[in-house]
Amino acid sequence: MPALRSLTPFFVFAGAFAVIALAVTNSYYQLMMTLVLVWATFGLSWNVLSGYTGLVSFGHAAFFGIGAYTTALGQIYFDLTPWLLIPVAAVFGAVAGLLIGFPTFRLRGVYFALSMLAYPLALLYVFEWLGYQEVTLPMKRETPAAYMQFSDHRIYTLLALALLSVIVLVTRMVEQSRFGMALLSIKQNEAAAEAAGIDTLKWKLYAVTLSGAIAGAVGAFYAVVLLVVTPVSVFGMLVSAQALTVTLFGGVGTVWGPVIGAAILIPTAEILHAELGHIVPGIQNVIYGLAIVVLILVAPEGMFWKARDFAYRRWPHLVAAPPDATVHQSATCGPPLAAHAPVPSSAGAPLLSVRGLSVSFGGLKAVQDVSFDAARGTILGIIGPNGAGKTTVFNLLTGFLRPDAGQIVFDGRNVTRRKPHELCAAGIGRTFQIMRPFARMSVADNVVVGAYVRASTDAEARRLAADAMARVGLADYAHRIAGELTTRELRLMELARALASQPILLLLDETLAGLGHGEADELIAIIRRLAHAGITIVIIEHTMQAMVRLVDRFVVLDHGAVLVEGKPETVTRDPRVIEAYLGKKWTAYAQS
Amino acid sequence: MTAQMVENFLQAAVAGLLVGAIYGLMCVALALIFGVMRVINFAQGDFMMLGMYAAYYFFAALGVQAALGSTLGPYVAAVLAGPVLFCVGYVVHKTLIGQVSGTRAQVEGDGHFAQLILTLGISLILQSAGLIAFGSILVSVRTPLSSSAWEIGPLWGDLISVFVNKSRGISAIISVATIVALTVLIGRSRLGKSLRAAADNPEAATYMGIDVDQAHRIAFALGIGITAIAGGLLATNYPFSPFVGLEYVIIMYAGVVLGGLGSIIGPFWGGMTIGLVQQLSTLVLPTQLQNTAIFVVFLLIVFFMPQGFFGRSVERS
Repeated sequence: MPALRSLTPFFVFAGAFAVIALAVTNSYYQLMMTLVLVWATFGLSWNVLSGYTGLVSFGHAAFFGIGAYTTALGQIYFDLTPWLLIPVAAVFGAVAGLLIGFPTFRLRGVYFALSMLAYPLALLYVFEWLGYQEVTLPMKRETPAAYMQFSDHRIYTLLALALLSVIVLVTRMVEQSRFGMALLSIKQNEAAAEAAGIDTLKWKLYAVTLSGAIAGAVGAFYAVVLLVVTPVSVFGMLVSAQALTVTLFGGVGTVWGPVIGAAILIPTAEILHAELGHIVPGIQNVIYGLAIVVLILVAPEGMFWKARDFAYRRWPHLVAAPPDATVHQSATCGPPLAAHAPVPSSAGAPLLSVRGLSVSFGGLKAVQDVSFDAARGTILGIIGPNGAGKTTVFNLLTGFLRPDAGQIVFDGRNVTRRKPHELCAAGIGRTFQIMRPFARMSVADNVVVGAYVRASTDAEARRLAADAMARVGLADYAHRIAGELTTRELRLMELARALASQPILLLLDETLAGLGHGEADELIAIIRRLAHAGITIVIIEHTMQAMVRLVDRFVVLDHGAVLVEGKPETVTRDPRVIEAYLGKKWTAYAQS
Repeated sequence: MTAQMVENFLQAAVAGLLVGAIYGLMCVALALIFGVMRVINFAQGDFMMLGMYAAYYFFAALGVQAALGSTLGPYVAAVLAGPVLFCVGYVVHKTLIGQVSGTRAQVEGDGHFAQLILTLGISLILQSAGLIAFGSILVSVRTPLSSSAWEIGPLWGDLISVFVNKSRGISAIISVATIVALTVLIGRSRLGKSLRAAADNPEAATYMGIDVDQAHRIAFALGIGITAIAGGLLATNYPFSPFVGLEYVIIMYAGVVLGGLGSIIGPFWGGMTIGLVQQLSTLVLPTQLQNTAIFVVFLLIVFFMPQGFFGRSVERS
């Protein structure tokens, strides 16, 4: 299992840590070692949500504090043991994650980040008001082990190590599954992820639930180790900041980041505190802060990524290929699927039928009363000058915008006002005018994300992706990083990503834009092949030239309304079209 | 409803409006930085703390009190803190924040993470250095005005009268005046145009010959300077220590999220809302839950009006 193989370095680290921990008898250093592991685990919890989805949370102390108070109050009021309360705290953390995530995911970017800030701080004051300013866990002298109380501090370190190992394992499995891919694609480009059929809200909720569960468990364990819980020490700003600091310092989006960050930062802070704190109070934090500032200027992406990039440049042959490359090899070698020919469910009726579609932004009627049909197996071209509303029509068709009026019937079903990922699942694939690659993922991974909507297993998704790449001639590019591709290759990759979802209707938004003549011809040939294979295609272009040779019918838009509809040869001669493109004075000239 | 309740309500509302004006100024300063640079500055509250101490030392040690007396002096000191912190902000951006933001930021990927942790580090340094330099004892800028008030009323036949604390009243007026000046600067001047262009589309602005990094630097410095003025005004009414920043940075961000980033006036109303909620909540809730009330109202508004009061920003929902 690749997830386990790649964990060898971690288990070596864990083993070494355990050996050192057993050798250390000084209880102060022992506590420090425990805390390194606690904050590393907390960092991993933050990483599951924020590192993978890119939605930065400033409020992870909410989950941490709920966990800590669960153990403290559960032991005081119900005499329960932490062995039971830590899992309970994880459940509470998960529930809190779900409750917080559901409303807060309505916000994006920085608004999300800042709103998260509010939860732990609101809880902080509530717990103060409830009179839990300082809660001490009762000592159990008769049965200490049953209440997770040990006089030998090494046991806490080993327990923390066990907790960390479990969480690393979980994170690793997430990272390499469909779950992790969905999160990464959300981080790279949420709109493209939706269009690729990923239910972004669902995956984000899974992520925050898992993240909350981990943070709750860590907070519970922290209370057991320190025996005293105060609102500020578990709900405070600095707790949330700690999760960010260790993760960002170590490296975002990798299990190693929080571990490295915590292993360096926690001892540094403690030693500075012990050595300098009594000489000039405050100087330890100045130095600590300076260390963070300097390191982030040197390695803005975090220690792990900096070190990895350095190693790649220095010893390219020693460092293994990117961890996921091996996984794809077998997939891309598999036999390509037979041409995909959908069975027409109600032959004769158009596959896509649009009636009276309208939407306005403020006072601007971007699309007004647009109606057209796309017959099965045909290529429909939507053309029109800049600002005619072509892309808006696509956004309406794919659920990114909701129409004010009108109806969209696809494959005999009314799909008006559905969400993008639902439409993708129904069989509508799309590409974007401004390309939206998942820039830091490999070409193969980009395409695999598109296949998930149709595949029930990871292996099947890889097979669909390999097939889609073969169909557009990208098979040799599978391992390249999307950010390095040329315009032509990116266009092909977006096409493959859309194809991987096995669409029966493919919407192409200015797929030919920015391509040279030869490149455009290549793409046109591919599009023709797809149409022959039975996929219905609607393509937007604003130049007519290339399209005339490709499409079966044209819809010409101007000022948000349909100007003309018909066969290419009639449309290109229509005076209204010439006027829309060139202005009135050319009409006579063009017709002569 | 008794006259006493009406009076309490009016008194709390007036207190909310006055402190809300200063909060509004803080929010405007933060929104200026965030709106132009897209950098979340965690150290904003700590820069404000520096502004408070700058005003304090201008007043007590650098002769403002001696020259102008205790009535006018604190306000002059507060305004003087602005230019000093403007310079501090300029240098901090040039040496630190500009290194990982603006045109030097990575185009995509994790660029903004570096800015976050950088400002967290700066915040830690400022707090701890403040502790070393200024000590942990609470200080304040003393003015006789903070213990005297204008009386409005008696209204409704001697039943109700509302007191407006003179010091807070003057602080609120200076806040509003600062915002008006800023609005004119941003709206009318060449500098303002380049800031707006850099905020709107950094790439296009670069092609138009605008030095985007310099525009960011000015915006950052201006934001820090204005925060310092707000801090100086606050210092006349509230005692402070080097750790005061944490308390206010949350209010600032809440106000900015409420008001949205589309305009200067939006964040001002956001800050005003926070001030009003904070003061009015004391009528029905224990003082300890004042801040919880702020966050609850904040979350409610954010969820039901995700666009903010004046927001036109696409990225929020």
